[in-house]
Amino acid sequence: MRRAAITLLVAAAAYEATARSGAFPPALLPTLPTVAHTLVVNILDGTLVIHALRTLYRVLFGFALAIVTALPLGFLMARYRPVENFVLPLASALMPIPSLAWVPVFILWFGLGDTVSILIVFYAASFPMLLNTWSGVRAVNPLWLRAAGAMGADEAALFWKVMIPGAFPFIITGLRQAFLRCWIAVVGAEMIAASDWGLGWVIFDAKEFLNADLMLASLAVIGAIGFVFERLVFGSLERATVLRWGMVRAAKG
Amino acid sequence: MQDAPALSAQAALELSGESHREARWRVIARTAYPFVVVGAVWELVARMGMFPARLFPPLEQIAETFVRLTAQGILPHHALDTILRLAAGFGLAMLAGVAIGLAMGRSRRAEDVFLPLVSIGAPIPGIAYAPLFLMWFGLGNVSTVLLVAFVSAFPIIFNTWTGVKAVREIWVRSAQAMGADDRRLFRHVIIPGALPFVLTGLRLGLAQAWRILVGVEMLAAVPWGLGWLIFGAREFLNTDVMLAGVAVIGIIGLALEKLVFQRVEDFTVVRWGMMT
Repeated sequence: MRRAAITLLVAAAAYEATARSGAFPPALLPTLPTVAHTLVVNILDGTLVIHALRTLYRVLFGFALAIVTALPLGFLMARYRPVENFVLPLASALMPIPSLAWVPVFILWFGLGDTVSILIVFYAASFPMLLNTWSGVRAVNPLWLRAAGAMGADEAALFWKVMIPGAFPFIITGLRQAFLRCWIAVVGAEMIAASDWGLGWVIFDAKEFLNADLMLASLAVIGAIGFVFERLVFGSLERATVLRWGMVRAAKG
Repeated sequence: MQDAPALSAQAALELSGESHREARWRVIARTAYPFVVVGAVWELVARMGMFPARLFPPLEQIAETFVRLTAQGILPHHALDTILRLAAGFGLAMLAGVAIGLAMGRSRRAEDVFLPLVSIGAPIPGIAYAPLFLMWFGLGNVSTVLLVAFVSAFPIIFNTWTGVKAVREIWVRSAQAMGADDRRLFRHVIIPGALPFVLTGLRLGLAQAWRILVGVEMLAAVPWGLGWLIFGAREFLNTDVMLAGVAVIGIIGLALEKLVFQRVEDFTVVRWGMMT
């Protein structure tokens, strides 16, 4: 921890020295106090907060859409052969197409605005969820299913008490991967779709006015939100479910 | 319970016999039929005239555009430029990422220096850096290649580092006991031992690079490239051109995954018996 702090301090000092040396224009390479000042001012007057909320709204909307469609579909794929035969080839063909490649097509179809970003997020999030749920449900130990069946569990109990918990480590991995992807997708979509609001748009717009301090400040906000979701949201989801159920062990340290 | 494997083995034998050819056709048909269904639905919707044909072209128009652009050499030129950028950026990332990862895995000091920096840079989505890079390095190829390299370096560094750390201590010690010097230790123990992880890192890095590259091409105003082709076609409502471009992107993405990486894995770690 202390070593990490030393490295970061040295790196910050080196950056500060470069920025102050005047080798590069200050508009392109602002000093750290300038960036911090911009960050605080923009958070306090609410602009960055509104942009961040707008971005979060798009991500969560698209993510929720993906949860209600991709998770059940992945489950059906694992349980029913015809569904798997139909969906799997389509998913393997669409998966290698990056979500950002669809942005211009979606703009044409749905116009500028929230719909495009939400659908791009949905597209980006669906595949990791779909494939992880599919492999998770297939990886449920058949012995558990038979044991539960022998103890008289009906279909519903089998589903809620055995298959869902059994597949949950995979589903959480899928949610994590999906979130990383849609976090990239939403920022890219906001830049390309010129949507007026959102953190991606702030960064892209700041380029026009050479506001490197605002860009770096928004980058910090984007990184912070991503970090919070990865560690706090998915971390506590993991602690509340699979760790508590004893399905996976916590990593050391 | 006991006879289940025997039964399936018998079934497999039967399949591999005379009906082998038929089974293969069945697999092809099974893979193709979802596409036929989706294509038919698409065609139906396009022909019903619910949406303007400019925005929702029928399949044969997309195919015709695809063939025309390919014959004129426009599509191959775009694809080639995109692939060259991907290769340049990914090549840089591979050199830098593996070198940094190896250094971090072997030397405590390098780990102390790089780990905090890498951990801070990694959670920010790569595309968010795009405007910053464009401002620093100008519009065009330099920014695009550097950004792709920057973004795909992170998974390579992390996985190489983990891989070197995961090399069994006992292999290192027994090699040393048998008199291996540093160079041979590196070449014959550490590199092969870490390679499954390194390959995973390269694979993730390439996927990351591919996802970012298409987006960056739209922002960086490069003269050629598939991202630019799609983005530019929007201005003229050329949906058929856009969809043909998306199809090429999908084909390249699939080829990268299936041809490049599975081959490399088969030739190295699978052959050495480190992975099956």
